[in-house]
Amino acid sequence: MTRLEVRGLVKEYRLRDGFRSTRLRAVDDVGFSLDHGRTVALVGQSGSGKSTIARLLLQLERPTAGEILLDGRPVARRGAGLTRYRRLVQMVFQDPFASLNPHHDVAHHLARPLRLHHPDLSRADIDARIRHLLERVQLDPGLAGRRPHELSGGQRQRVAIARALAPSPGILIADEPVSMLDVSIRLGVLNLLADLQREEDLGVLYITHDLATARHFSDDILVMYRGRIVEHGPADEVILNPKHEYTRLLADATPNPERRFGEESRTPG
Amino acid sequence: MTGKLTAGLAIAVPIVLFGLLGPLLVQDPSRVDDIGLSAPGAGHLLGTTQTGQDVFAQLAYSTRGSLIVGAVVGVLTLLLSGFFGIVGAYAGGWLDETFSLVINVMLVIPGLPVVIVISAYMPDRSLLLVSVVLAITSWAGSARVLRGSTLSLRSRDYVLASRVAGEKRWRILLVEILPNLVPLLASQVVFAVIFAILGEAGLSYLGLGASGTFTWGTMLYYAQNGLALRLGAWWWFVPPGLLLALFGAALALINFSIDEIINPRLRSQTRAARRGWRMSREQLRKAKEATL
Repeated sequence: MTRLEVRGLVKEYRLRDGFRSTRLRAVDDVGFSLDHGRTVALVGQSGSGKSTIARLLLQLERPTAGEILLDGRPVARRGAGLTRYRRLVQMVFQDPFASLNPHHDVAHHLARPLRLHHPDLSRADIDARIRHLLERVQLDPGLAGRRPHELSGGQRQRVAIARALAPSPGILIADEPVSMLDVSIRLGVLNLLADLQREEDLGVLYITHDLATARHFSDDILVMYRGRIVEHGPADEVILNPKHEYTRLLADATPNPERRFGEESRTPG
Repeated sequence: MTGKLTAGLAIAVPIVLFGLLGPLLVQDPSRVDDIGLSAPGAGHLLGTTQTGQDVFAQLAYSTRGSLIVGAVVGVLTLLLSGFFGIVGAYAGGWLDETFSLVINVMLVIPGLPVVIVISAYMPDRSLLLVSVVLAITSWAGSARVLRGSTLSLRSRDYVLASRVAGEKRWRILLVEILPNLVPLLASQVVFAVIFAILGEAGLSYLGLGASGTFTWGTMLYYAQNGLALRLGAWWWFVPPGLLLALFGAALALINFSIDEIINPRLRSQTRAARRGWRMSREQLRKAKEATL
């Protein structure tokens, strides 16, 4: 039963241009919460600060201001507290071709988080868990000995999902998990994520720029524009009755078969 | 196994074996004989020097000496450039700034003049001292290259992923980053060995090399002092010169083949590879234009 909460999160970067330096506010006063068993979609265009939020939540960077709370308490930045946080909050990266080390086999990628967070497991236990994890993401357990370059994009992303699930987390952050995949296999990976979310009672932050999948796969939608959250609410509400101008723009940009074919049927051939 | 690697190993391995085993089989290279300068013959496989020392025995000891210099400089360069290049770039912050400054300072120090000054200052030079001097003046270039690669590797997604998994920093460096640098390290070491052996030969030829030991450079130095060229004593200066050139060429070939492993694009840049494509002359010309 994990709950991750963000309050007043700000991240500024200093840009140096010769002697002048300006500040770029990538994330500006953002607040939301992630609960177990719920999927929250974070939607926005490139450069709107979505991935910066993911990096802040994963403690790959320090926020300039604001706080991140895990189960109501501020998160630990070092020591045993950080290890516990790393076990509970996991991530699926965008690019499955970059997120697996070309030098190591699939088993290494799954065994490391298992060893780190369950140090008392024996070698046989770990092998059994690796097989189980691969089955969970619908991969042949025989792939354990393969290197990443022998796998397809979809298989790699499934391995990355298995790696994120290895420490048995409560929160999963998926940063555009299907944007680098072939259109034909995107649905399979998204369905897998949805199934795992239900079975493991995960809280999922689904970062995307695709409103259609955001509506289909998530309970709540946050719309982000220039570092701010401009709209948030239940998925259908945000899509069907957009309040903010930017959300309306996004919704209009999504191809809508009903509207298109509706127009065509009205014009007589 | 590419052709280059095969050719390189075919030349380098026999020379290394000769350097390792040769000195165990030959006579004392410094033993003076009253037969004087004599051409290759029955008793002396490669003839003798002016003072009747066996050239073949000297060649065996010289090979060993030059290889020791190459090995010591190779290892020291690997350690120094790895430490300053990889650790600094990975740690970031002020450590990176400091290490970067050290690398840049070492980079602009002109190598050979410093080596000559240090060598001239030390009246009694051992082989080890010469190697250390060569190493500390030559590691900076490869440290710079390693720093660049590490900077690019440390922000890759798989490194971030292992941070998210909770890996310790030193383990990320050793297990996730270092294996991807191995081909680069290998080619840097091979280059350092070539540089060291040629540099030592140059120093010795100037009379600034190690005193009291045999290397290919000292052999050439004594051959030149003994007027070998004017006396037509080719057996005295050709063998060390030839081994020096052959070993340098072999290591360069090995280095090229490592480069092709690092950067597969280089593989199609050779004429032999293009011939394998079975294209018409017209198509080949276009392909060449496109890749130039």
